[in-house]
Amino acid sequence: MTVSATETKFSDLTRMPDARGHFGPYGGRFVSETLSFALEELEQTYLSLRDDPAFQAEFDRDLAHYVGRPSPLYHAERWSQSLGGAQIWLKREDLNHTGAHKVNNTIGQALLAKKTGKPRVIAETGAGQHGVATATVAARLGLECDVYMGAADVQRQKLNVYRMHLLGARVIPVESGTRTLKDAMNEALRDWVTNVDNTFYIIGTVAGPHPYPQLVRDFNAVVGREARRQSLEQIGRLPDALVACVGGGSNALGLFYPFVEDDAVAMYGVEAGGDGLETGRHAAPLSSNAPRGVLHGNRTYLMSDEAGQVSDTHSISAGLDYPGVGPEHALWKDVGRVNYVAANDKEVLEAFRELTHMEGIMPALESAHALAHAKVLAPTMRTDQHIVVNLSGRGDKDIMTVANIDGIEF
Amino acid sequence: MNRIDQRFSELKQQGRKALIPYITAGDPAPHYTVGFMHALVEAGADILELGVPFSDPMADGPVIQKACERALQQGTRLVDLLDMVAEFRQADTTTPVVLMGYLNPIERIGYEVFANKAASVGVDGVLVVDMPPEEAEEFGPLLKARDLAAIFLVAPTTSHARAATICAHGEGYLYYVSLKGVTGAATLNAEDVANHLAPLRGMTDLPLCVGFGIRDGATAAEVAKVADGVIVGSALVNRIADSLDAPETIAGQLKSVLAEMRTAMDA
Repeated sequence: MTVSATETKFSDLTRMPDARGHFGPYGGRFVSETLSFALEELEQTYLSLRDDPAFQAEFDRDLAHYVGRPSPLYHAERWSQSLGGAQIWLKREDLNHTGAHKVNNTIGQALLAKKTGKPRVIAETGAGQHGVATATVAARLGLECDVYMGAADVQRQKLNVYRMHLLGARVIPVESGTRTLKDAMNEALRDWVTNVDNTFYIIGTVAGPHPYPQLVRDFNAVVGREARRQSLEQIGRLPDALVACVGGGSNALGLFYPFVEDDAVAMYGVEAGGDGLETGRHAAPLSSNAPRGVLHGNRTYLMSDEAGQVSDTHSISAGLDYPGVGPEHALWKDVGRVNYVAANDKEVLEAFRELTHMEGIMPALESAHALAHAKVLAPTMRTDQHIVVNLSGRGDKDIMTVANIDGIEF
Repeated sequence: MNRIDQRFSELKQQGRKALIPYITAGDPAPHYTVGFMHALVEAGADILELGVPFSDPMADGPVIQKACERALQQGTRLVDLLDMVAEFRQADTTTPVVLMGYLNPIERIGYEVFANKAASVGVDGVLVVDMPPEEAEEFGPLLKARDLAAIFLVAPTTSHARAATICAHGEGYLYYVSLKGVTGAATLNAEDVANHLAPLRGMTDLPLCVGFGIRDGATAAEVAKVADGVIVGSALVNRIADSLDAPETIAGQLKSVLAEMRTAMDA
């Protein structure tokens, strides 16, 4: 903890992390020794390829022709009008191949896996979107693929589990702990420590040990670069605010990062408020002011009890059901660059239904957290102001969850 | 002199190797732990490793994961472990005690508060599984200032350059992880272990102790031929797990498992 967050200026935020993977007091590489070598190897591979034009060209080509980028920036006119305030623009990551932003990162990491020559990839997944995106790139490159998924999430995301099976991946339900995303990540780390010689671990969010938070951010930053360019073209200027949901925080960092030095652009990261922050049943370490802690290889804000045991979390959306958050978000909270807020399950469902009814777009429940906050924010702004919301994924996978709430059985 | 250094110097004079049992504190319930510690010493333990239960033990296999769950269900906290060590010290002032676990419970208490308390109750060393030397810049000196040994892991995947760094920062002993994997995973290969220990001898005078994959007297004796100490965890914790309906028998079972290893190592 050598650098204090309060000494960090906004302009410094583009130069993070430092050489050892620290974002101010956060991040780092808190892993058992067996993994140190693999992480050093990954870091060297990534740093040597990051600025390699041939690697970038291959990445860009895959994003264009396999993922279908750029994704549109869509003006949700009818919804904006009904809210009676700022104009809302949706960054349509839901239109990507596999239906979410997650594929941007798995394409990038799969290219790294190919360079390292490892024949097997593993991943952890919550909602299943990262698992599907990993299984997809594994199928394309002919890699063996095992996906760890909390047993509770296997139950609530059956459709994605079957998608992964169809893609040739093995889905391994994790029965330990709270049987959700954090336990899936524990088990993936245990697999990696055992099979480190032949296995590449494709982490799905901007957390984990260095260099993962950095490289997952970089692979997702295409979202913000496009949104920035599209805003200038379609709005004629930069937006007034950006809104994105935050679990681990990869779609939010992807959108926010290219705007970080645009001081006039406000940013809102929306965490999973679950039953409400006041109930304690949520997954919102930043907006609930959780203590700092260390989990899964990095220091960050972490929901834990007074004895340092990691807390159970709750969210309607499996993809946000995680007690920690990417270390870069922790720093951005401290320096005040992003406002972190929470939307509770009830508000999220309302936003899900509203967008579906008014725009004919069914958002993922994760993305509906961002929409729920846009709903609060827009009426406080003028009609000539603009909000870009990251519609990070599509909602097909959540139909069963919503149907259950409506009391419908198929 | 720290009790760990003292113990290794005695063992060297006697020409014996260290036997280091690990148990998770609070398993199956906190009031058993101090009794187990004394039983292990009676059966021939030279140093005790006391596991700090954690909700997310990422480097551990199912045996120690379940031990953590049992201990946490009983409400075992890091502050309770420190009380256990204090109680143990009332009857045993010579056997070194090492706390082993993950960083978050220590971060939550605070490095300095923890180091003060650990030193005052008679802890001798601290091994934080998810804190390599690079991340110990703040915590390491706080331990050193209180004569608490900062013990680090070396793995089969550790490069020579990293091993040199670890040796430079390590105190007490080096914990060589005998295999790629989690605790309790498989049986180690003694020849492979010997090949990895050889270069470490040229880098450090610290005693080299080997853990992961030691199940019985035979593997313990094999490892004792090439290492300065043998660490055994899951084989003991398994006995606890198998006797939850008869906890009064556990201390005796731990003694017999450890005594078999002691006999095999000293033969």
